[in-house]
Amino acid sequence: MGVVMSIEEIVGSLESGMTIGIGGWGSRRKPMALVRAVYRSALTDLTIVSYGGPDVGLLCAAGKVRRVVAPFVTLDSIALEPHFRAARQRGAVEFTEYDEGMFMFGLLAAAHRLPFLPTRAGLGSDVMRVNPRLRTVRSPYEDQEELVAVPALTMDVALVHMDVADTRGNGRYLGADPYMDDLFAKAAGRCFVSCERMVEPGELGGPPQTLLVSRMHVAGVVETPDGGHFTDRGEGRDEAFQRHYAASAADPEAWAAFADRFLSGDEAAYRKAVRQWHEEGR
Amino acid sequence: MSATRAEICVVACAEVWRGDGEILAAAMGTCSILGARLARLTFEPGLLTTDGGALLTAEAVPFGAAAGAVEGWLPFREHLWLVQNGRRHVMMGASQIDRHGNTNISAIGDWARPKSQLLGVRGAPGNTICNPTSYWIPKQSTRVFVPKVDVVSGVGHDRAAALGPRAARFHDLRRVVTDLAVFDFGTPDGSMRLVSVHPGVEVEQVRAATGFDLVVEGDVPETRQPTDEELRLIREVLDPKGLRDREVKA
Repeated sequence: MGVVMSIEEIVGSLESGMTIGIGGWGSRRKPMALVRAVYRSALTDLTIVSYGGPDVGLLCAAGKVRRVVAPFVTLDSIALEPHFRAARQRGAVEFTEYDEGMFMFGLLAAAHRLPFLPTRAGLGSDVMRVNPRLRTVRSPYEDQEELVAVPALTMDVALVHMDVADTRGNGRYLGADPYMDDLFAKAAGRCFVSCERMVEPGELGGPPQTLLVSRMHVAGVVETPDGGHFTDRGEGRDEAFQRHYAASAADPEAWAAFADRFLSGDEAAYRKAVRQWHEEGR
Repeated sequence: MSATRAEICVVACAEVWRGDGEILAAAMGTCSILGARLARLTFEPGLLTTDGGALLTAEAVPFGAAAGAVEGWLPFREHLWLVQNGRRHVMMGASQIDRHGNTNISAIGDWARPKSQLLGVRGAPGNTICNPTSYWIPKQSTRVFVPKVDVVSGVGHDRAAALGPRAARFHDLRRVVTDLAVFDFGTPDGSMRLVSVHPGVEVEQVRAATGFDLVVEGDVPETRQPTDEELRLIREVLDPKGLRDREVKA
């Protein structure tokens, strides 16, 4: 059964060199409070598995990442993630680049303890060239079709962010899209859930199909109000702040100022700094 | 009424879905999204369109508007399954495209250490090998229409041919629409062919903006003008704020 933990306890249980899956999609419902805590940690040499957004960017900026496994890294309303771009162009991170559907098949395989799943996605493209360890598999039936055998995207730990969770670790989403967070939870050895709001068991409410993540797959849960900031949590994204993030990321001096102001303290300090920034009407 | 270049482009984008029937018209880019919705509102009423997010809207909605009434749910996971299912024709963007229709949205330069990291391949490999695919390119130039793309994100005809007929049986590149012209791949080896030039554009201008040998057969017609009803729908219903003019200058 999931246990209520603090951000520091969760990140304190992680180790350098781990493969960490991060839920959400692009700049949408990312577990940013946990990502910020990893950013502040001493962890290094991480492999990050993600439909990438500012989670990947921030961790690249902090030099935490050895390898990124992703079909894209984007801020959605801003197409390109500046820190990820810079890290790639410096040759600072390795990259396993998959098609979006291949990536989902890798999650599905890992979530269901299969070594691979077959798909057409990837055939004929340079995904096969830049991932020379990818193999194809031939159908044993009459069609004999050759397909990509997407290897399971197993991971040591997954971090996902829910709109509501209970103290046992059951998680609910409120927006229109679950993304792949349940698959991340099942694909990982341990899954940690952060949530905007924590309730007692039985008080999650809502239609049952919005109960996305089950406590049977959750090792720990933490309440992080605004913990998805600045990504979209169903009610929209903090676009002004995301623009500030992206503009700062493009320039070393501006980034140093951004990091000093927003990322040098704990999550409470972050929330306070963001509130003040908005009050300044920037 | 006389149409702007952006309006010509919206209609040319809409035309890619003509005859598609009851499938998802998936679109990226302003003129492409407007085109999908315009096609649905006029000559292709069976099309399904989204709100830009996870909702299949009951009616084609204005650009950027809330979904309103909904007729279906298409979160990313279902969208990716739909790619495998095939009832979908996508119009993507491309940072580079070559004469066989290979496209790149991943990186410029050497993949191992790119000069410019772009989005990543996104869904392009799966889209092109599973679904009808078209492209919308708002600014055609020799930087985009290149002899050879740096990273093959979207699969072109030469790559599909190399896979063989079984693996490539759903590969189906339809059209490329740019701010200058419309192209298809209706040549024996699947090379890009000029279908029409937009009003006011010369064939030579298109050639000059193309970094490979373009197939040009006979007299090239003009891309058709929008009808009065199409112009009304674009201007008054789908895009009253004129966002199309930010993508293609008037």
